Formats: sequence, structure tokens, C-alpha cells
Amino acid sequence: MNLSPFTEEHDLLRTTVREWVAGEIAPNVADWEEQGDFPNDVFRRAGELGFLGLAFPESAGGQGGDYWAQVVFLEEVGRVSQPIAMVLSVQTDMATPPILEFGTEAQIESWLKPALRGELIGAIGITEPDTGSDVASIRTHAERDGDEWVLNGSKMYITNGARADFITMVVRTGEMDEANPWGSISMFIVDTTLPGFSISKKLEKAGMRLSDTALIYMDDVRLPADALLGVEGEGFKQIMWELQGERIGVSIFGVAGARAVLDAAVDYARERMAFGRSIGSFQAVSHRLADMATELEAVQSLVYECCELWNRGVYATEEVAMAKLAVGQMTNKVVDAAVQTLGGAGLVEGEFVSREWLGMRIGRIGGGSDEVQRQILARIMGIA
Amino acid sequence: MSSTEPLFREEHDAYREAVRMFVANEINPHAEQWEEQRDYPRELFNKAGAAGLFGAKFDGRWGGTGPDYAAEAVAIEELSRSLSFGTASDLGAHSQLAALYVDRFGDDDQKERYLRPSISGELTGALAVTEPGAGSDVNGIRTRATRDGDDWVLDGSKVFITNGAWSDYVVTAARTSDDPGHENITLFIVDSGSDGLEQRRMKMIAWHTSHTGELFFDQVRVADSNRLGAVGAGFASIMTNFQWERVMMSLSALALADLSLETAIQYAKDRSAFGRPIIKFQVWQHRFADLAVRLRTSKALAYRALRLHIAAEQGHAVPRDELVKVTSMAKLHSQRLAWEIADECVQVHGGAGALKEYPAQRFWRDARVGPIGGGTDDIMRDLIARSLGLGASR
Repeated sequence: MNLSPFTEEHDLLRTTVREWVAGEIAPNVADWEEQGDFPNDVFRRAGELGFLGLAFPESAGGQGGDYWAQVVFLEEVGRVSQPIAMVLSVQTDMATPPILEFGTEAQIESWLKPALRGELIGAIGITEPDTGSDVASIRTHAERDGDEWVLNGSKMYITNGARADFITMVVRTGEMDEANPWGSISMFIVDTTLPGFSISKKLEKAGMRLSDTALIYMDDVRLPADALLGVEGEGFKQIMWELQGERIGVSIFGVAGARAVLDAAVDYARERMAFGRSIGSFQAVSHRLADMATELEAVQSLVYECCELWNRGVYATEEVAMAKLAVGQMTNKVVDAAVQTLGGAGLVEGEFVSREWLGMRIGRIGGGSDEVQRQILARIMGIA
Repeated sequence: MSSTEPLFREEHDAYREAVRMFVANEINPHAEQWEEQRDYPRELFNKAGAAGLFGAKFDGRWGGTGPDYAAEAVAIEELSRSLSFGTASDLGAHSQLAALYVDRFGDDDQKERYLRPSISGELTGALAVTEPGAGSDVNGIRTRATRDGDDWVLDGSKVFITNGAWSDYVVTAARTSDDPGHENITLFIVDSGSDGLEQRRMKMIAWHTSHTGELFFDQVRVADSNRLGAVGAGFASIMTNFQWERVMMSLSALALADLSLETAIQYAKDRSAFGRPIIKFQVWQHRFADLAVRLRTSKALAYRALRLHIAAEQGHAVPRDELVKVTSMAKLHSQRLAWEIADECVQVHGGAGALKEYPAQRFWRDARVGPIGGGTDDIMRDLIARSLGLGASR
């Protein structure tokens, strides 16, 4: 009888991840955030410990676990640092799953396996300077030249973009057909060491500063034939598949982050005295936090339903869009209520709650904005 | 009931279909008329009983088909999705409160006399706890039961008793001691028609068909054989059952919310403004999407609470604190949301939202009871805050 989806094995994994995070991540997060950088060693260590391929099959270099193992990993990292969870999730839930799903044996050998070992760092390349939510309008294009592809264009807001060894990228491979803008998009694994690839700018962000977000340029980058990932012309469909796992991933670590922030606010409310008693003994404060705990519990229940569907291999577009939207809304509410509870202490730079307040705002924009999720849902509901 | 096991199985789908048919045939065709008359025929209980709508959570020994709490949830969801929420509330109070109390706390003789005929619909029951001077604060009730030979004599009054204006029996909470602590309250089954008992209907702005009543007890004699459970055990019984009641209220409110949202979307498709159906405006598309997400989120939470209850009923160790916390959260989350969705349903109707001929205003009125009944929103927040180690005297 197990009222939670986690088995003893998952609990053991949780302990291992928690120890790693406590030892090697948590003590450094404040410094990394201030420096706006973190060492690549994080990926290598996570790879060594087997954390980057928990739910990947052993044949592809993974640990062969179920999706709940990945949930454990994202939760444990997410409760300590949203940006570290994000950069790792880019590796485990965004850049690499399409290689397993659509890639050839050779691509799995040369890109996926080293990535799961933490030897190669991946990024996902969708957004461009002129197009984000509207994926079908991307302009970065690749043209065939003999056996090769010649890639030109730029990608914007690319997480891990300044340090990535490869970028799993959507690119236009044919003329833009207004009637069918999705039809001429393909996916590539772009080797960032190739001539013509350049990092134009590392972008300065308000939050999640430790994670590098880049604007990149590709000027006549010659890609080998085997850089094509999956089927030519099916890139749009493939990237929509990728986005499902991406959105579940960010939902999981978002919930875990909100839980940690709420815990911090509750602890603070119990300890901080005002007017001769703890501020948590005031009904107004306690009810605000009760509301937040309720919203959090509800959203987590929905996210877990999604995880269960994903674990069973169900492509649940509706539930995933719902979870992504609900998590973004909830984390932003919870973290703001936490700042309010902490008062001045919630505004001090470099502290956990203030840092997460800055970072969590990204949750409603990245990975498909709130508006995009609503649009997807409206379409599924048959009203748009 | 593991967290990854499906909550509903095939037989539940069949049961859902049966309840749906009952609602479609026996309630919905009459709903408008009943709402207008603020009444419905008493025979509905007999029909519902014959259709098996009251039996899911009760043992076959008393005429039930259970205990199957997932099936019970199905019955609640489908009844609450009917076009007459007040009627569903009466049926729910009869089955989820009165009959359930007899099942939980009664002896075999009481079950034979009250539970069996409740499952068949021959008798209808109500639960009377709330008083003019004490609602959320159960320990503050003043209706008193005094021992007199083999009988008890009840004096006092009760208000907001769902189905209580016409029920055949009333499970009544009365004070049997004034000692400090929580062992002052005892439950009694009081028959309608007892000398000194008056059941009067209350006129409410919501639940128009419901026979919500106020009850007056003037020297009402109740035999000790109608005492339900031990003397002084009432408070604990009420608190225990609150949890199940609140899960049911959550599912019920979300069913009403679902109906409201569906009705709102249909109206937005049918109604045109500025040369196109309202639904073509993106603000409404996105508003509906938001509401659908909040509804689904709330449902995930309510189902989580339901799972905990089913696990507990099956004898698994479910921490009491966890059960109370999740149940309180589900209740808090669902009731206000149901009203907000009904409110948007009124909004999309524009002027028609105020018209009695459209059900929107009825959903909106009926949903407003939720954040008050069965423990107010603020009581839920107090319980949740306590589970976080916060709140008064902490």
C-alpha cells in the first residue's frame, strides 16, 4: 500500500540526490547567482552520479528508471535552486529526449550517451530574435549543399547557450509556405564547435542569473548530413513532442521550488515576533499561508497526474498545458506571498526567497508563455 | 488505493451511466418547474432508492451495494450535475449525512429501522447540528438532552438543516453535559411527528427546491434506544464525519462548476456580438481556458482527498493529520472556485445572466452556499494553518 507514487528505490535515490545537492550545489548557489555563472563541473558530476539519464533506457546510456525517478531528481534540485534545476532540466528534459526519440543509433552514440555522462552539455534552440511563441514562423534556415547542410540565422534566449556543446535546434529547411508554415521545419543537432557558430551575447537577466542565456548566430555553418534529427520536414511535430516533456519538467521543479519557498515563509512566520507574539499567530498571516499551501497542494496534485500519464507514455497535451499554466501562476503567487511574509528580509539581495522571487517570474514566460498555454487549451476545448 | 491506480474502474463507468440516466429522466425534465415551485415530489427519494443511488457506500446486509466509496463519489458527481442543485443537496444530506451517521454509529436495531429504509428511499433523514447561536463552533451548541427514565428529553432549536424541513427522522446533536472538553455532545435519532418537534421550511436565496429547515424541540421525548452512539461521543463523531462530508462537498461543487463552465461556453458559442460569436473573442477563450485549468486543478486535489478516504476506509494507515489537511484544502479550493466559475457564467450571459429563464443565475446562487456550508472557508484556513504550525495560540 503506497499512497505516494514513490517506491523505496525512489526514496533511496532521493536521499542520494539530496546529499549531492546539499554538498555541492546549495553552498554555492548564492555566489553563483551573484557571479552570474556556475561551473560546468555541475553537469559532469551529475553525469558521473547517473542523474542525467535516470529515466533513459540503459541501452542509451541511462539508468533505466521510470519517470518518477526523474521527478525525484527535479524535485530535489528544484527545492534548492530553480536556475540549477532549469539548466539541468534543459539537459535531461529538453536537449536530449528528442535524440532518444527521433535519433539514429549513431546520434545516440555520439551525442546522447556523452550528454547523459555529463561530458557534453546540450541546449534547446527554438526561440529567435523575432519569433518565440509562434514557432512556425522561425527563420533560421538550413539549405542542402551536397551531403551537407548550410545553416544561417540566429537563436535567442537559449539557456545553456553560452556553454553548450550541441544545440538541439529547429530550423527551416524549405520555403516558408503561408498555408502550411509547419511543413518545412526540421530538427538538427548543431555542433557548436563548427566554424560559423558564434555566441553573440550572454544576456543579463533580472533573475536566474547563474544560468547563461545567450543570443547566438550561425553564419554559413556547414552541418554534416547526419546532423539532421528525425525526419526532414517533421521538425514542428517533433518539437511539439519535445515541449511536452519540457513543460512537465519545469512544472515539477517549479512545484518543488514553491514548496521550499512556502516552507521558508512558514518557518519565518513562526519565528519572527511582532507585537509580542509570532507573526504566524496572527490569523491574517496564517490564512494567507494556508491559501498558498492549498493552491500548492492542488497544483501539485495536477502535476502528479501529468507525471503518471507521462510515465505510462500517454501524450497528454491538455493536462500538460494545464499543469504548465497552473504551476507558473501558483509559483508566482506563492513566492510573492512569501516575500510579503518576510517583510524587509524578503527584499534583501542574495537571500533564498528574494532570489526565487526574481527567478520564478520566468516560469510564466519560458517554455511557452501563459498565453500560449491558454491558446493551446482553448483549441483543445474547441473554442479557438 | 495506491496513488497511481485508477480511481474509477469499468463498473464505475456503468454506474455513472445509470445515475446520469436517472438525472436525465427523473430530475432534469422537471427542474425548471420544481425551481419555480420551490418544491419537488417526495417520491423522488423512492425512485432514487430503487435506482440504487443511495446504496453505494453501504453494506449489502442493509440493502446497499458496497461499501464502495468511489461509486459513492460517482453518484454525488452525477447528481450534482443535475439542473437542480437544491434537490441534489437534499438527496445528499439524506444519504451522506443522516444515513451515513446511522451506518457508522448505529446498532443493528437502529440500522434495521433507519438505515435499510433510508437506502430504499422509504425514509428520508437529515442531520441537525447547526443552531442559531452555533455553526462552525460545534462545541457551542445549546440544544439539550436530559435523561428522564428510559427516555431523553430534548429542548432547543436547529437551523439550516438540509432536508430537515420534511425528513422522516433527524439525527440530532444535543448537549448532555457541561463539563469542559469535547465529551458533552450526544447524537439522537428523532422521529418526525414526535410531540414537541416542529420542522419548518426556511426561505433561502439559493437551493430553492431544497427542504432546508429550522427545527424546534420543545420537550421532545426520545427513547434511549434512539441514542446514536455512546453518551458524549457526538463531538468526535461529527468531527470524523465532517471529513467525508467535505470531500463530497468538493466533488459536488466541482460538478456544478463543470456544468456552469459548459453552459457558459455554449452560450458564448450561440450568442453573437460585434458580428461574431462571443467565443471568437480571445479574452473569453483565455478566460474559459483559465477556468478549465483551475477546475481541473481543484479536481486533482479533490480526487487526492478521495483517494485518502478510500484508503482509510479500506483499513490502510492514513495519517489523520494528512487526511484533515488535504480534505480541508480540497473543500476550501473547490467551493469558492465553483462560485467564481458560476459568476463568469452569469457574466458571459450579459443581461440574460440576470434572467430567471436562464440557469446561469441559479448556478451562481446555488454555488454561493459552498464557501459557507459544511465549515466555512475561514474554518478551513484555520485547520490548514494549524497543520502548518501556524495560527492563534501558536
